[in-house]
Amino acid sequence: MVLLKPNPSSGVPIYLQLMEQVKHAIETGALRAGEQLPGIRPLAEELVVNPNTIAKAYRELEHDGIIELRQGAGAFVADRVVTKKDADRVRASQAAVAAAVDGLRNRGVTDDEIRRLFEAELSGVSRSGGPASARATEGKRRE
Amino acid sequence: MSDNAVIQTIDLWKRYDEVEALRGLNLRVPAGSICGFLGRNGAGKTTTIKVLLGMSHASKGTALVFGLSCAEPRAGVDVRRRVAFVSDEKDLYDYMTIGEMVAFTRSFYPRWRDDLEQRYLRAFDLRPERAIKGLSRGMRTKAALLLALCRGAELLILDEPTAALDPAMAEDVLQALVSYVADENSTVFFSSHQLTEVEQIADHIAIVDRGQLVVDGALDDVRAKYQRIQLVFENDAPDIRVHAPGSHRVRKQGRVITILTASAGAAVMDEVRGYRPSSIDVSPVSLKDIFLESVHTED
Repeated sequence: MVLLKPNPSSGVPIYLQLMEQVKHAIETGALRAGEQLPGIRPLAEELVVNPNTIAKAYRELEHDGIIELRQGAGAFVADRVVTKKDADRVRASQAAVAAAVDGLRNRGVTDDEIRRLFEAELSGVSRSGGPASARATEGKRRE
Repeated sequence: MSDNAVIQTIDLWKRYDEVEALRGLNLRVPAGSICGFLGRNGAGKTTTIKVLLGMSHASKGTALVFGLSCAEPRAGVDVRRRVAFVSDEKDLYDYMTIGEMVAFTRSFYPRWRDDLEQRYLRAFDLRPERAIKGLSRGMRTKAALLLALCRGAELLILDEPTAALDPAMAEDVLQALVSYVADENSTVFFSSHQLTEVEQIADHIAIVDRGQLVVDGALDDVRAKYQRIQLVFENDAPDIRVHAPGSHRVRKQGRVITILTASAGAAVMDEVRGYRPSSIDVSPVSLKDIFLESVHTED
């Protein structure tokens, strides 16, 4: 499945990366309500990651109401998980992000610098002098 | 996942002449997991594996596989029937062809899996008429792995299965291990120095250092404990000491301080904010960082 491609050595747990990638695929419309996700075993073999890790990502996505696990049938995108409006909003924002990134590149800012600027902005470091919620692991970890 | 431990050692000691190879090792590998067993050379990995397989006897303590004592001769026979092992030497009969070796090995194991034999002869491109003697290191590994996978064992133990393999060969081996756990609900316990491979396929890790376990648990839990915090100051960075419980390594370079903390959480963040840095950045750490932080690196 082309949509999912975790990076094992990024430091971010693989199940969290998979969850984010599924959510993103739904937001961009690459996965739609009611569509089936790949089975745990074939996906584990394709991505060469632990099947328990994929099962964990699916369980957490189900817990968040994003997908439904149907006994014996597999995993499906939940029916009302994303309205068309949500998808449109994300698609429209994608254009705004693309424009911003283009603008920054034209000013000679490198991709790495852009990435760090976005991360810092989202974690609130640039405004408060300290992260409101630290990024990546701390921000996403469930207690 | 079941909470049953497939492998459990309790206060395991092993002395070779004057050397204590294991010094009270407490290891636990849950059923259905892929557990990466890490440590520097000489840390006690191979000794542990030998004790688990009944090839070596502990000086003190208990080693259990499937709840059976590895030291007890009759239980040992049962353990060896249910466990498949791939050594780092990949010892094979050099005078045989691949086909002869498969047929020979098959005759010892009533639960031999013909379906897996066919699958991996093809997937690994092992042609039955080829002589073992002429195989490359990678192909030898694949042949040894095929024999282990087809035995229908519940536990697969591998000593550095991907050592000296090219990346494509290594990926084939990892994929076979993943499939094995997914299909058969078996358990894989493998030692490795390839930390990125361990991050890729393991859901549990155990790091051994000087004969003792220093890190152990679900990889996600271990990872969640560690964080790298970077502080930048307007002028020279102050001397920082972190008082929150847990271990913290603080490095100062001019205006920048980097803290690798093994007890990530609010307490550490509150402390460092008190020093009023101009920026705070928190990032996840890799398994390599955790490994280097956990083992003694001076010789």
